[in-house]
Amino acid sequence: MGSRFAGLSYSASTFVAGLAILLGLWWFSTWALSLSPSTSQFASFGPGPAFKATWMMLENGHIQKAVWSSSYRLGAGLVIAIAVGVPIGILIGRSRRFRELSNSPFQLMRMISPLSWEPIAVIVFAGWDAAIIFLVAIAAVWPIMFATAAGLAKVDPSWFKVARNLGASPRQMVTEIIIPAIAFDVLTGIRLALGVAWMVLVPAEFLGVRSGLGYTIEDARESLEYDHLMAMLVVIGAMGYALDSACLTLIKRYSWHKQ
Amino acid sequence: MSIRGVRLNIQDLSYRYSSRGEPTFTELNLQAAPGECLAIIGRSGCGKSTLLHIIAGLLKPAAGSIHLDDTRVEGPSPKWVMMFQAPHLFPWMKVSRNVGVGLKFAKWPEKEKNDRVAEALRLVELQDYADTNVQDLSGGQQQRVALARSLVMEPELLLLDEPFSALDAFTRSSLQRDVRSIAKRLGFNLIIVTHDIDEAVIMADRAVIMAGAPGKIKDEIEVALPDPRQREDAAVQGMRARLMDAFHKAAGKPPASEASAAA
Repeated sequence: MGSRFAGLSYSASTFVAGLAILLGLWWFSTWALSLSPSTSQFASFGPGPAFKATWMMLENGHIQKAVWSSSYRLGAGLVIAIAVGVPIGILIGRSRRFRELSNSPFQLMRMISPLSWEPIAVIVFAGWDAAIIFLVAIAAVWPIMFATAAGLAKVDPSWFKVARNLGASPRQMVTEIIIPAIAFDVLTGIRLALGVAWMVLVPAEFLGVRSGLGYTIEDARESLEYDHLMAMLVVIGAMGYALDSACLTLIKRYSWHKQ
Repeated sequence: MSIRGVRLNIQDLSYRYSSRGEPTFTELNLQAAPGECLAIIGRSGCGKSTLLHIIAGLLKPAAGSIHLDDTRVEGPSPKWVMMFQAPHLFPWMKVSRNVGVGLKFAKWPEKEKNDRVAEALRLVELQDYADTNVQDLSGGQQQRVALARSLVMEPELLLLDEPFSALDAFTRSSLQRDVRSIAKRLGFNLIIVTHDIDEAVIMADRAVIMAGAPGKIKDEIEVALPDPRQREDAAVQGMRARLMDAFHKAAGKPPASEASAAA
């Protein structure tokens, strides 16, 4: 109990210390910029104005609106990526023929930068929202697919034999054996996918849409509201960190791999 | 637990791994009485492990039939359960969930399932480990969990494919004694495939000696020894020598006793 508390206390203190160092560097760099008359207009990039703008944008609901729009696009894109990536990953892991056939096209498509699909997505989909969701999905599907396949490749074939021996139905084989066995790898893939999707989402929102985190940043840049721009960077960083931490918690919860 | 033994009847069983390949064995016949413990011994490649997989319903024979009383074996069933060389426990489940997984597959009510699991854990002396992560158990304890997972299904026939070969000598010896004792107490049939003559003497009522390719049953020897069987007992040593001679004879070599006399 005591050592657990000490461990938690150490983690909390390093977390706060790390953030304090980042904050200090941020403050110092903008303070240094403010000393020169030629760069003094960038002083509003500093932490003070940024946090003040964050509070103001929370009060007027701009942040909530942007977060909601981006979360919807991110969530929809990830759900599609999971729905497509997990079954295909299982197929890759289970069928040697499918694995061999799909290897070259999938590896080729994986290497296409997700944002380079944007012109095609805009033509194919009726609205910008659908196009951005497509970009998020195409960015997120590969890590999920390959992590699922890798997870399945690690599954001990004897587990299937034992489960059959004990009377498992095909459905129970999936729900009781395959899913728990690969949950760790799938969740690790989703965590990687989330990082990629998050990085694709913001620039994808620079064009076409009138809501979301990317749009709000672009809007702040065009209206020279640098404090608002930095406020959105803080929000993007905090949200990304929170989502990643949630994934990590799920991975720890469903990991059966002995530490 | 209400377990009973069955009359095993294997008739004219043949198997080959590929349609053009050599048969693993042909027209194999074997019978066992209810509650009987059989040990199948033989060199690698004689088909004894394949035979066990067919009896378990995990492989389909090319010809012939297997009956347990009046029931024909046509696939896996919780009534004829196999234990493998490695325990193959599900590492994402605690000990009790591993033991009860077959009952979960059969959709048993939670209360009855928990009672049955507790009873099976008591039988294998792991009642204090119900909530333990299986990865934290020793090899012997893991094999006991695998045994409990099989027993909880109340099998009529328990098939053991060299289940103790990866364990240290002390643990192996204790499990051999315990499995036979549980089988005799509950009354189910036991078939063990082993390379270890000592294991056959300690565990079996009858030893079946297989040899050749395709594999054939070369000899069957009653192991009529009282329980508990201790390795150092003269009767056990005598039976061991007899099985060893039959084993060598089946493999086409001079019996060990003659070879040592000649030396």
